[in-house]
Amino acid sequence: MSLSRRVVLFLDSISGSRNGRIAAYAIGVLFFLVIVFVPPVFGILLGGSKIFEMLSNPDLLNRGGSAIAASFAIAVTVSLMDLAAGLPMAWFIVRSRSGWASTIDTLANIPFIVPTVALGYSVLAFWGSSQGIGYLLGSQFLFSPGWQMIVLLHFAFSYPVIVRVMVGALQGYKEVYETAARTLGASAFTAVRTVSLPLLKPALVAGFLLAFARSLSETGATVMVAGVFENGPVFIQNARAAGQESPLLFVSLVLIVTSSLFFIAIRIFAPKMRLPISTVWPRLEKRLSSTSAMTSRNLLVFLVFALFVIVPSLFVVLPGAGAVVDGTLQEAISAQGIWSNYWQSMGLSYLIALVATGLNVVAGLPMSVLIARKRGGRAISGILDTLINIPIVVPSIALGVSIGIFWGGATGISEFWLLVLAHASITYTYFVRSMIAAVESIPVEVEDVARTLGAKPLMIFRRLTIPLSKYALVAGAIMAFTRSIDETGATLAVAKNLTTAPVLMVNWVTGKVPASSHAIGLGLGILVLTSFASLLVLTIATRRT
Amino acid sequence: MPTIKLVDVTKVFGRIKSIDRVSLQIAEGEYVCVLGPTGAGKTTLLRLIAGLETATSGRIELDGHDVTNIRAEDRNASYVPQQYALFPHMTIRDNVAFGPLARGFTSQQSLETAGEMLKLVRLAHRATAFPHELSGGMQQRVALARGLAGRSPLLLLDEPLGAIDARLRVILRYELRKLAKGLGVTVIHVTHDQQEAMSIADRIAVLRDGAIQQFGRPSEIYGAPKSPFLANFVGGANFLEGVVVREARETTMIDIAEGFSITSSHDSHDMGDSVVASFRQEGTLILTNASLEENVVPGRLVSTSFLGSYMRCVVNLGRVGEVVAKVPVHEALERKLPDRAGELVYVRADRNRIMIFDRPEKPLAVELEAF
Repeated sequence: MSLSRRVVLFLDSISGSRNGRIAAYAIGVLFFLVIVFVPPVFGILLGGSKIFEMLSNPDLLNRGGSAIAASFAIAVTVSLMDLAAGLPMAWFIVRSRSGWASTIDTLANIPFIVPTVALGYSVLAFWGSSQGIGYLLGSQFLFSPGWQMIVLLHFAFSYPVIVRVMVGALQGYKEVYETAARTLGASAFTAVRTVSLPLLKPALVAGFLLAFARSLSETGATVMVAGVFENGPVFIQNARAAGQESPLLFVSLVLIVTSSLFFIAIRIFAPKMRLPISTVWPRLEKRLSSTSAMTSRNLLVFLVFALFVIVPSLFVVLPGAGAVVDGTLQEAISAQGIWSNYWQSMGLSYLIALVATGLNVVAGLPMSVLIARKRGGRAISGILDTLINIPIVVPSIALGVSIGIFWGGATGISEFWLLVLAHASITYTYFVRSMIAAVESIPVEVEDVARTLGAKPLMIFRRLTIPLSKYALVAGAIMAFTRSIDETGATLAVAKNLTTAPVLMVNWVTGKVPASSHAIGLGLGILVLTSFASLLVLTIATRRT
Repeated sequence: MPTIKLVDVTKVFGRIKSIDRVSLQIAEGEYVCVLGPTGAGKTTLLRLIAGLETATSGRIELDGHDVTNIRAEDRNASYVPQQYALFPHMTIRDNVAFGPLARGFTSQQSLETAGEMLKLVRLAHRATAFPHELSGGMQQRVALARGLAGRSPLLLLDEPLGAIDARLRVILRYELRKLAKGLGVTVIHVTHDQQEAMSIADRIAVLRDGAIQQFGRPSEIYGAPKSPFLANFVGGANFLEGVVVREARETTMIDIAEGFSITSSHDSHDMGDSVVASFRQEGTLILTNASLEENVVPGRLVSTSFLGSYMRCVVNLGRVGEVVAKVPVHEALERKLPDRAGELVYVRADRNRIMIFDRPEKPLAVELEAF
């Protein structure tokens, strides 16, 4: 018998013992608590009395208060806009028999692939420069940086989140309920409103929360387009730049608490909330179901999609193309001037993403099984299931501030590892949620049968759970990885000397490091291309295995 | 030595008692069917024996060893769930080889065993196919082969024929028994289909509300059911409530309604007892002319319907209620039995075939419910 097989058999037999299983789950839970959950959420409290010094400064308090309020107002507005525009789009993608459906489906993913900082610059260039919308419609249509541009930016990057969630939900939804409603005399609109939407409510809530969290959390691109306007993350970033410690801590603390409470409140109250279905307006709804109404609705949705999502997302291509002609590309390749830092940052970003994702995969797997199979009992699994979402709901820059304080006290942790820990914490949820859903979709009987055939828990995990959830595992890892590459908020808060690629781009765009618009376009373009290429490589690699 | 012994096994889920003090012994090589209506606790009982659920109280022994707290993977009892749960990402051969591999055989040995088992269920030619490529009947055979490949002496089948269409189901049930007997394995086969249980079981355990109602050979349960529920659930019967008015050796007379009493040759009850008299539908005779024999009563035909080889006649006996008679179709045709609603007929039941039960505490209709 080969050595490796002996090791596997030995580990299998350990997993058969109660202690072995407890150890595996304990590692998962400990990692979650010590690395992912406690430092970003409670680390801030180590700031002590400094946090509350800000309370004695009414001016700062006022500014901080309106910044936080602006964050929530923008996040709610953007998420509702997403639902209004994304829902009919998802419907079109899933239900339409037109050949365009799959093309649009692919296009809707573009803002996903484009790192948010690139999107930020792209939006800025499209809506705010004389080469963009101003060129097309005359310069009076220019937007200047401010809250309107933040809304435009957040709409663009959170739109695909809603579309993705709703497409997934609709594909799993049995159309027969709608058909039954239609044969009972309901118009298409009525059937969707009173039957389908209530049944799809969990997905609507999930999509809303995800879009909301993304908007609340985004920092790097928001800083680019904010101008003098401040929302929560921009306020924290400005306070950091100005070296004002108390406002930094205080606003971070308030954001952590309010966003966590908001999330928990939605988790508790959304299932109890009912959509209004007891009234039907047959004539009006029948008119809304007519072919012409549907066509004009679709046209409107496409227009919004093109003008507010796709074109602004891709506009970064223009300055990038300029760089190819004017010699900037040459400079970049030979790593001259600002470009030597650029390549270093790029390497750093990928290394951090790789290590953080690896940690999350190893520690997240036992946690996913624990939650999906309710191994710790219904109550504990339910609590953990809620807690794992907190890191993506809380603005990442606030998490970063908290993480910095938590680990800052511990000497011997290098800045690199501090960044890895911060990224692990922020991307953990993406991986674990994907795995939980996959494990839940494996019928319990499959595992039951394997057990009665004599398989120890680790063998079941190796031979059944992992192969059967392979796609979710890869998808979750990719999501965590790209989120890490994209991360700016926590990185800005934690880093002192190291600069990751997206943070460097923020510095270029905001003028902290002087760079020409062609250089910015090229820098972001390379970031887009590499992240796209790494996605492609991962996808192909996993198809073969 | 019995291979399986359950002593006072109880399983409680929250407030629901799913299994209620079940005790039974099953001998090595026996083919036992657990029969019961939906929600009776059949699957839970099977999962308790497999080790997939832990008993709230009581003891489970396999081969003389107490396994109550032994985990499923260490019990050596193969479980085949209703939808088979074939591993979708593995070929048929790998599915079947899974058990031997899990029990520590080398992969070569495991694959050899898998090959033998697939030959046994006549699927060797599909070894490299994936589960979704096979028909329901084939999948069922793969699930069996997988359950048997680990050399487990005990096979636990949960509605193994439930997902197969009616005609094939009848053929497969005999195959199932033959296979098990050929290998000498002990089988517990859960089903809600009483015909299936009657036709293949050595013994049947009838389960209701988590408790065993009767455990015996099919002929015992059919011939001497212990309660009206059993008589109704296994085989079907007519039931008439009444009071014992005369009691002598091998004769019990029961008053059913004013002016009508029936006589049974069973003498288990005393004068004044409230009882339920019962006779099988297939033992109920339809006469076209009046007769002075005992246990004959006139009635009006309510409906007739064909049940394959039987004609099912519903007859209204006035105050006595309605009874059902199943008459072989050839007999119904030869004797030119009436088939129009409202026609006058006479119903007769043989005194030797009239069973007598204590009147149940619940109303009779509730006692007879099979869901």
